[in-house]
Amino acid sequence: MARVALANQRVSAHATVTAAGVYKSYRLDGEPLPVLEDVSFEIGSGEFVSFVGPSGSGKSTLLNLLAGLEEPDRGRITISGSTDRLGHAAYMPQKDLLLPWRSALDNAVLGMEVHGVPREDARHRAREMFEIAGLAGFERSLPAALSGGMRQRVAFLRTVLTPGSVMLLDEPFGALDSLTRSELQEWLMRMWERLSTTVVLVTHDVEEALLLSDRVYVMTRRPGRIKLVHEVGLPRPRSLEVLDSEEFVRSKSALLRAVRGEV
Amino acid sequence: MSVFSVPRLRAFVLAVLPVLAFLIVWEAYVRIAGTDPTVLPSPSRILLTTFDSLGVLLVNTRQTLIEAGVGMGIALVAGCALGALIAASPMLRRMLYPPLVVSQTIPMIALAPLLVIWFGFGILPKLLVVALVTFFPIVVSVADGLASTEPEMIRLLQSMGASRWQIFWKVRAPGSLPYLFSGVKISITYAVIGAIFAEYVGAFQGLGILMQNAKNSYRADLMFSAILVTAVLSVGMFLAVVGLEKLLIPWHARSTQREEG
Ligand SMILES: Nc1ncnc2c1ncn2[C@@H]1O[C@H](COP(=O)(O)OP(=O)(O)OP(=O)(O)O)[C@@H](O)[C@H]1O
Ligand SMILES: [Mg+2]
Repeated sequence: MARVALANQRVSAHATVTAAGVYKSYRLDGEPLPVLEDVSFEIGSGEFVSFVGPSGSGKSTLLNLLAGLEEPDRGRITISGSTDRLGHAAYMPQKDLLLPWRSALDNAVLGMEVHGVPREDARHRAREMFEIAGLAGFERSLPAALSGGMRQRVAFLRTVLTPGSVMLLDEPFGALDSLTRSELQEWLMRMWERLSTTVVLVTHDVEEALLLSDRVYVMTRRPGRIKLVHEVGLPRPRSLEVLDSEEFVRSKSALLRAVRGEV
Repeated sequence: MSVFSVPRLRAFVLAVLPVLAFLIVWEAYVRIAGTDPTVLPSPSRILLTTFDSLGVLLVNTRQTLIEAGVGMGIALVAGCALGALIAASPMLRRMLYPPLVVSQTIPMIALAPLLVIWFGFGILPKLLVVALVTFFPIVVSVADGLASTEPEMIRLLQSMGASRWQIFWKVRAPGSLPYLFSGVKISITYAVIGAIFAEYVGAFQGLGILMQNAKNSYRADLMFSAILVTAVLSVGMFLAVVGLEKLLIPWHARSTQREEG
């Protein structure tokens, strides 16, 4: 397993993510709407885990909680052992959310900029990544001039470049055609192998979860609980070929059964 | 697209044609009916007067232009500040919005003479009138523009650990610029008229005074010349804003073009 950390990436040995007895509810017309119930998990430093579950099971809510944008009603959430989470994870919401007035390159450096990385330094790092992401030559393009897949890649670069040793990805490839999708999945896999960051991925797609993750959590229908934890035994480094392996097919049907039971 | 492309030329010809037709009918009517030039001068006579009085027109235009420009500048600074305050908190919004709307109902025809009584015949009351008639669209557009930021965008920045200040300057302020320009485009068309109106109430110089003098000496031709200059001035300032918009927020022009297909 070649998991070499890039020298220019801040890698923490303590990039753990934990949730213990987390409850979260919203209010809907004055009535409490429970969204998450008794959610607990521990994600080790450098692990890649996925959450799958039906729509409305609270997956995005969970990522918002992990990112520190919201606090649980009960329970405790930590990143690297601390409940102080804002600014400690690189969060990629489902929408690309590129700033239309910034070039692709300047969008990619946004996270570093917020963290006070010197401008030239940040741009230099981003430029290197543009090569890897197949975006070379589009550094100065405005988002309006990029295709959907390219915008998604810029948003992904922004996430990867944002300082922090935890990545939270909310259906990062949801809006893409299947070809671009598998391209980006493979690219994410290579990226993760090199960066050794902790990744929490939310997805609808069981195949995607299995292909990428060390562990898959299946959520129940709202209120979301963890229904099933599946350790993925597929060897690393993986390629798209594992999709045809026996182990993969078996895991997939088990997971699908668990998810379907909920839809 | 080049300035001289065929569609543009076509658009220009289409825009000019009715004006030209109107001027020809006007000229013909004055010549055939032989109207008194102190009542209705012909377009050709107006054009001649404009050239003959170029000196006096320019001196007065310069004065009006300064008043309109500086007044707009004041409105811009005050409007952005007020707009930012209104967008900053719901409490400030509730405190500031109603008096602002009420302020717009005060008739300028009553306020302008008062301003002259208070501040004299100098430039100050003109600047105030221009600023007062132009700042409201700017306040509204800035407040709306700052409030238009996608909440998800703000949350993304928060997740990065950004401060309110960083979110304002990196996301909200640039995102409000297209709104600001819409406001300024409305405002700028009031600026010259506002300045002229303020001069009319009492001034030493300016297109408003020129018009008053032309009226008092039965120089309808000079009056029309002043109107012509006013129109050119207003359109010029409007085009300057459009040019500035293309220069400063090219990304906006680009994204709207894309939406139009
Ligand atoms: N800010 C909020 N206020 C009120 N209700 C909310 C809020 N955010 C989420 N909800 C509710 O919580 C539930 C879970 O929403 P969430 O977005 O977490 O689901 P999800 O699993 O991400 O769904 P999907 O797969 O469709 O994205 C939904 O019923 C939603 O209506
Ligand atoms: Mg979601």
